[in-house]
Amino acid sequence: MARKKEPLAICKTLGGWKGIKPAGITEPGSASELRTGDWRSQRPVHLKDKCINCMLCFIFCPDCAIKAKDNGEKFGEFDYYHCKGCGICAEVCPVNAIDIVDEGEAKEKEAKGKK
Amino acid sequence: MEEKKKKPVKGRDFDSLSGADAVAFGMRQINPDVVAAFPITPQTEIMERFEKFYANGEVDSEMIRVESEHSAMSAVVGAAAAGARAMTATAANGLALMWEIVYIAASTRLPIVMNVVNRALSGPINIHCDHSDSMGCRDSGWIQIYSENGQEAYENTIFAVRLAEHPMVRLPVMVCQDGFITSHSVEPVNFIEDSKVRKFIGESKPQFSLLDVDKPISLGPLDLFDYYYEHKRQQIEGMENARNAFLDVAREFKRICGREMQYFEGYRAKDADYVIVVLSSTAGTAKEVVDKLRKEGKKVGLIRPRLFRPFPYAEIAKALEGKKAVAVMDRSDSFGAQGGPLFLEICAALLNSAKKPKLADYIYGLGGRDTAMEDIEKVFDELMSGKSKPLNYLGVRE
Repeated sequence: MARKKEPLAICKTLGGWKGIKPAGITEPGSASELRTGDWRSQRPVHLKDKCINCMLCFIFCPDCAIKAKDNGEKFGEFDYYHCKGCGICAEVCPVNAIDIVDEGEAKEKEAKGKK
Repeated sequence: MEEKKKKPVKGRDFDSLSGADAVAFGMRQINPDVVAAFPITPQTEIMERFEKFYANGEVDSEMIRVESEHSAMSAVVGAAAAGARAMTATAANGLALMWEIVYIAASTRLPIVMNVVNRALSGPINIHCDHSDSMGCRDSGWIQIYSENGQEAYENTIFAVRLAEHPMVRLPVMVCQDGFITSHSVEPVNFIEDSKVRKFIGESKPQFSLLDVDKPISLGPLDLFDYYYEHKRQQIEGMENARNAFLDVAREFKRICGREMQYFEGYRAKDADYVIVVLSSTAGTAKEVVDKLRKEGKKVGLIRPRLFRPFPYAEIAKALEGKKAVAVMDRSDSFGAQGGPLFLEICAALLNSAKKPKLADYIYGLGGRDTAMEDIEKVFDELMSGKSKPLNYLGVRE
């Protein structure tokens, strides 16, 4: 499902208490818009050369945060918007094709790369 | 049940019924979509009688017999979220077991009506009347109405449906009556005609329905530091709106009932110097005492709040300002506080008043301890002679 807005942006557009729907009523299926990736302290990294596309990680991921491609036959990418960094994917991988790295360090690297 | 036609009073049928039966009769007229309940003394009689109506096919309700009060409240929450008009009833420990869901019903803005037959909370175990059960959840976000007798419990139950479903309110309502004293005492009750009640309550128009597949919604999501506060603010507004909504509905109710539904009842209070403030059935006894003392030339009166949540603080303060002394009678204590729940409300109501009367609290009747005319006379005597302390325990063995 296409993600429309950033969760913090949703809060801003909801506005003050007078304008919002009562009792926390939200659009159906809106839990997918919550950025649970924010909770992550560790990040899984895919090692393409080692991966045998057994898709065990896809099956075991509790957050559906692994996206498959080619009709579900091949590892596509991690959905870092939802991945909480639990590490189950790395644990079940039979060929150690998923590395778990520190989220903070990974972010720093990303920031340097952008510069 | 056949409606026994006895002497009609002002065009209305009447029967001799207990408070519990009267409420069940009201529920039959309301004909709720869903009723879920678990038996507990002294509430059981309400549901027992309602089940008879159900078994005889006199109501179209879906009756859910649950295995606990926690489930009873959960079932009516589910039903109300699906858009149904849902009712339940409980007492004391049953209400205590509902606790978690009682709050959820209010914060999910579900217009449930629940009859609470006031009974002392355990322990030691006790089945008789005091207000510790409903006073315990006075902060749960439910509207609370206290009834003096069976007649009022019946009328309040019908009234509560409209108040709960008022579009500016959308909050659950607790209709309280005193356990055994009211619930099991047989008194004449005047009924409003079925057709008038049905017309008054009308079709329920739910604000949302989980069964409405054309307008799907998510209900009860995780609501953390970002929006919980705003939703609470809305809930506060709903409760504040209940003040005006009460008067709105009361105007309509007067047309079918003939009686003026007010925030509180003042009994010979206008020109009184000494006033007792008391909830529910004890007011009946106190009125007799007021009459007796008035005959002796003493300027005494009574104020009986009917609406406790939202508390009509401005109106009650106005009624009590300028009195010489006021005794508040509390049928429950708030342990460690500076008096019982009703006393604290009255104190808060008069906080900024320039004409504040002398105030005293009398804790009384815990666990159904009988409160006779002599006890109430004693309160007035102490009030008039200036002997009452700020906090007194009436009728306890010293």
